[in-house]
Amino acid sequence: MEAFDNLLLGFSVALTPINLFWCLVGVILGTVVGVLPGLGPAATIAMLLPLTLKMDHTTAIIALAGIFYGARYGGSTTSILLNIPGESSSVVTCLDGYQMARQGRAGAALGISAIASFVAGTVGVLGLMLIAPPLARFALRFAPPEYFALMVLGLAMVVFLAGDSMVKALLAMLVGLWLATIGTDLFTAESRFTFGQVKLLGGVDFIAATVGIFAIGEVLVNLESQGGAEIFKLSRGLRNLLPTLQDLKDCRFAFLNGSVIGFFIGALPGAGATVASFLSYGLEKAVSRHPEKFGTGVIEGVAAPEGANNADAGGALVPLLTLGIPGGNTTAILLGGLILWGYKPGPLLIQEHPQLFWGLVASMYIGNVLLLVLNLPLVPLFAQILRLPYYVLYPLIFGISIVGVYSVNNSLFDVWMMGLFGLLGYLMRKLDFPAAALILGMVLGDGLERALRQSLMMSQGDITILATRPISGTLLLIAVTILCLPAIRKVRSWRVEAVEREG
Amino acid sequence: MTSDKGNLISGACLVAFGIYIISVAVKLPYIADVGPGSGFFPLWLGIGLVLFAAYLMFASFMSSAAEARSESQSWKAGGRALAGWSAMMVAIALLGRIGFGLSFVILTIFLIVALDRRPALLAVGVGVGLAVAFHLIFVVALDVSLPKGFWGF
Repeated sequence: MEAFDNLLLGFSVALTPINLFWCLVGVILGTVVGVLPGLGPAATIAMLLPLTLKMDHTTAIIALAGIFYGARYGGSTTSILLNIPGESSSVVTCLDGYQMARQGRAGAALGISAIASFVAGTVGVLGLMLIAPPLARFALRFAPPEYFALMVLGLAMVVFLAGDSMVKALLAMLVGLWLATIGTDLFTAESRFTFGQVKLLGGVDFIAATVGIFAIGEVLVNLESQGGAEIFKLSRGLRNLLPTLQDLKDCRFAFLNGSVIGFFIGALPGAGATVASFLSYGLEKAVSRHPEKFGTGVIEGVAAPEGANNADAGGALVPLLTLGIPGGNTTAILLGGLILWGYKPGPLLIQEHPQLFWGLVASMYIGNVLLLVLNLPLVPLFAQILRLPYYVLYPLIFGISIVGVYSVNNSLFDVWMMGLFGLLGYLMRKLDFPAAALILGMVLGDGLERALRQSLMMSQGDITILATRPISGTLLLIAVTILCLPAIRKVRSWRVEAVEREG
Repeated sequence: MTSDKGNLISGACLVAFGIYIISVAVKLPYIADVGPGSGFFPLWLGIGLVLFAAYLMFASFMSSAAEARSESQSWKAGGRALAGWSAMMVAIALLGRIGFGLSFVILTIFLIVALDRRPALLAVGVGVGLAVAFHLIFVVALDVSLPKGFWGF
């Protein structure tokens, strides 16, 4: 009941014309930066932070948070239409979203992405409202061994990304883990695998790698056919451009899965939306009645990760607002903003500044509705991109990729890296190595190594620390079970074959 | 190239790559004052790579040649893709010298005229049109800086 009263207070703050206006500005800006690869919400919020000094603080946090969760909505657009992940958390969306676009279901993919984002985003805000303080306390129980186990669980999702060959998926994942080691070692400040390049001291740029592997690799494969074989089909009529009732029915579990996983992973500082999207995709495939169809354009394969990366936004605000711990780059900048405006994010923030907290919570409900209302009508418009002839589409993809990667750090070196990763992506497609497994390794590599080394430091070299703590032990057990799934399935199919032969 | 041959070659490359990682990792400290050193994680990664890549090579030896032959045509069209990739790399090399706009137009013309055998006029139109659109959206509207040539765009 108290939460309900507080929420009413929040709506009284969020529904003022000025706050509504800035909420709208925030979510539109967020959608735009989400659509464009490279131009992320962290950079946008950092650029706009000085402008908020003269604004009312509640209005400012409503606008900046709008950019944060609005970017998650927009990130799926280029993933689905052009195989260019707009945000790192939209990498998984490429797997089925782009395949749906190729089959003439771009509109359905974009639509389900907006709906999943709305559902999960709203669940995320509900979570933020109802269980923020206890969840934040639980998240604090995650020490390095628990983070290591969580990262291993994330890596176990490689099982669901593997196509015909598990070995190739593991190899791709190991290469991804190696890519994550490039740069300066955070513990000893030694440089590793930098090939004498100063620009590699900070590591390989993630956007350059993903855009190269997914977008450039895909265009190179398509360039093989002269005369531009029809790559995209596009349904005519608005009805065919939006998800059907059957699609919504098929995605029921995906909405729930994405919402819950996204929110809980978001609440863990440092885990991030990309991990959440991989985990929810893996879970969706694991429980699906047709797991073999994932990667060929399954609508649940879009709904689950898109839901997860939006629920993550609500989850990420839990440690930020209740403990003062930022979970990632964007929340770190939001924390900077709160401190700049004179607040002390922590356990007392909700009690001392209820207008700010509840105004933000209420504005996120409103923002999610605004995003759905804005995005669904845009689906047919965005889908028109696929009507472009291939001789316009390919240069367009090259151009967006170059501009997107360059704009992250204004670095030509990153564009070179994108080109090299493009060749790698092409070769991986030709040789049937799953590109998503490499990206998974790259995303989790840094956190995995850090957590492993910190755990071993904690235990003075005793590796049993990873398995003997309750949370980490449980997570590792789940990861091992997942990794054993292909072997279990194989044994089962052998048994079925043997029984059939005998029968 | 057959899929087995591809697996064999990629397996061999990855074995060599794994050995390279191990060779670098052993030069880094395995244990440091504060715990595991910077060579600890890459060393195990390299070992894992060598083992799995060796398995891939072994498995490709074992699989039947008949199965492999059915997938043998997919590399023949690779020349066009590699030409497109080379053109993109040349365009990237030109970015710092002649700017994004012109290098993008050159890349587009190559893709449309050389690879797709379409009229040069169409290629110039598409290239210039897209370059202008990029300039308006990114530089003018979003204030994103793009590589400039010596003439300032």
